[in-house]
Amino acid sequence: MASRFPILCICLSPFSLSMFCVSVCQLMQRSCRQVTLLAAPSRYWSSIPVAPPSLQPRLLLFLSQRFHDIETILSWSSWFKNRGLRQKNFFYGYTQQNYGDNIAAAYYILSLKGGFRFAGQSEWFRSDRRGKFNWDFMNHRDTSIEEVDVSNTLINYTGLENLVKQRGLCTLSVSGCAEVDDWFLSRLHIFQDTLEELDISNCPRISVGGLAALQKLRGLRRLDVSSLPRLQNPGLVAILLEEMLPHCHVTAIGYDHSLIYSHTQTDG
Amino acid sequence: MILSLLGRSALRPNRNNNIFLNTDLENQFKAFREKAADAMPGSDWTPFEKNRSLPPERADIVIVGGGVVGWSIAYWLKQKEMIRDGVRVLVVERDPTYSQASTVLSAGGIRQQFSLPENIHLSMISADFMRNINEHLSVLNEDPVDLQFNHSGYLFLASEKVAHIMEENYRTQRYAGAKVSLLSTTQLKEKCPWINTDGVVLASYGLENEGWFDPWMLLNAFRRKAISMGVYQCFGEVTGFRYTTNTMTTAEGDTVDFRRIKYANVQMPNSLEYQPVECAIVVNAAGAFSGKVAEMMGIGLGLKDTIAGIPLPVEPRKRFIYVVHCPNGPGLDTPFLVDYSGVYFRREGLGGNYIAGMSPEEEEEPETNNLEVDHQFFQKIWPHLAHRVPAFECLKVTSAWAGFYDYNTFDQNGIVGMHPLVNNMFFATGFSGHGLQHSPAVGRAMAELILDGGFKTLDLSAFSFKRIMTKEPMLERNIV
Repeated sequence: MASRFPILCICLSPFSLSMFCVSVCQLMQRSCRQVTLLAAPSRYWSSIPVAPPSLQPRLLLFLSQRFHDIETILSWSSWFKNRGLRQKNFFYGYTQQNYGDNIAAAYYILSLKGGFRFAGQSEWFRSDRRGKFNWDFMNHRDTSIEEVDVSNTLINYTGLENLVKQRGLCTLSVSGCAEVDDWFLSRLHIFQDTLEELDISNCPRISVGGLAALQKLRGLRRLDVSSLPRLQNPGLVAILLEEMLPHCHVTAIGYDHSLIYSHTQTDG
Repeated sequence: MILSLLGRSALRPNRNNNIFLNTDLENQFKAFREKAADAMPGSDWTPFEKNRSLPPERADIVIVGGGVVGWSIAYWLKQKEMIRDGVRVLVVERDPTYSQASTVLSAGGIRQQFSLPENIHLSMISADFMRNINEHLSVLNEDPVDLQFNHSGYLFLASEKVAHIMEENYRTQRYAGAKVSLLSTTQLKEKCPWINTDGVVLASYGLENEGWFDPWMLLNAFRRKAISMGVYQCFGEVTGFRYTTNTMTTAEGDTVDFRRIKYANVQMPNSLEYQPVECAIVVNAAGAFSGKVAEMMGIGLGLKDTIAGIPLPVEPRKRFIYVVHCPNGPGLDTPFLVDYSGVYFRREGLGGNYIAGMSPEEEEEPETNNLEVDHQFFQKIWPHLAHRVPAFECLKVTSAWAGFYDYNTFDQNGIVGMHPLVNNMFFATGFSGHGLQHSPAVGRAMAELILDGGFKTLDLSAFSFKRIMTKEPMLERNIV
């Protein structure tokens, strides 16, 4: 419908500033009742006092509450961001069909800008900063992958679908990955027999609930849980992990274990 | 370049496609059109001052019950509407503090280990929803939703008598796509050295998408997103309905009354003031109190052998949960353990606290007029706990609470769908303890039923009211 033109089309037209102001006022305005409905909930949901956000998000929120156009543009922008993530992690079904599971997994890891090592070989296949890589891995169709390093990439739960057939995986490093969360950890049970080394340091989305899922990895020998920002009691969690996985060596550095002094008065 | 001018309704096409709209005459026409629209029936404007907390006078869909199922239905209705403000949804909740709501008093577990494939699919879809919850329920400029999901899995223990049922269920679950594994006694002892495997022959452990989470966070996430999409919320109690009756005669000469709800009377808390809300569809998602809402429509009050005489078989059943502290108990890897005696427990937090409970026998059901905890009941739970986990011999009960199950006395499974005699009342109730874990999927199914006319993604016609009329129960064998 004609009523859905976004504000950008108006901006791009060669009209003068005054005409722009006029057209802004005549965008699809939302009725006042809806505005109060939208503004009211935000006051009640946060129990933690947060600092007021900076100017640009506040302006965007103000505009999106009053104009449908801005709200639609903002939802488009978040959809595009998600689309980028989905494209990085889609299922390499065609490659799997034509070249086999191992090549598909290898191609996926290289396109994520990670690195891997085949079983029985000693050199790693990596892709450089610009995404270029050596195509020699295509010669090893029947070798499964033993070590995977996808640190600082965009791997997530759906991307793990490409790696499920690698039943001989021994080492996995997802350090610094922003999209690795608790559900990703719960899916690692696929590698429960062979996985020996797991590095999940610096992942901002992992919390205790996901670490509890690591109990299924009975073969784990080395676990790195350093610098997980969402862990509230890192020392206690490290001890509980050591109890949970008795044969595993847990590394948990990068936390501040100093006591926090509070200024409360105690009587007596 | 066409700039269109919209008044309060997004549906009316604009006939003036002028660019220069700043003239006086245009403004006057616009004001006149708005006033005329306000005066027409169907708009909200009244010349009198009215109480702000009253619900609107007209709503398309009224959802009775503001628990997680009710808000899930409201969210999905708004998600699925084809045009902006296509349906006006009103959620009526009796208690703003949610002090008796089953949602917030539940243990918060989700599992795929059911015996009915429909239940397994409901859980799997809900787990998928919760995995991508921020894609669905994030609101601009608000914190992302954090359900605090613990992925520890459910562990069911079976004695010799019920081991064959567990094996059958395992086959059904694997066929439906759930990731479950069966453990023998030795494997169980290896996995959980703190368990005493006396009497246990088989165990079934969920590998993925099982665990527990915070139900209050889920409820608030649904509520926040639904309100941001324009759902109306009202704190009041539905005390009655005004309906029209259409009497028809069957071939044998019996009369059948078909009712259609016209108005739902919503009474304000602590007041006699009420608002009759004119509505097209009413959804009964009142949980443990759905039976009372159904009685307001006369369901169950007819003659004994007629369809009108079959009441909604949902009644509140009280269940207790005890918080215990045990310093030497099982650690971070404690799953949600359900023993064959009916006792269950799970870890709570990191400080050696656990929550435990048991479903009482039919004869020992506590009375449901209040939510007082019977501490003597724990004496029945403790021996089973201590037998199963020897470390629990020295534990201390720190706290307890009680909550209602919306218990379906017929077959302990949900009732989803329309009533044959009331043309516009839908039910989404009777889940008997697993309403929370199925709420996202049930909400979507109900929205499809209401807006699309039938189930599209998951077929829940097995849960319709028909099975209660034909007296064919769909028993769920894995009830906790």
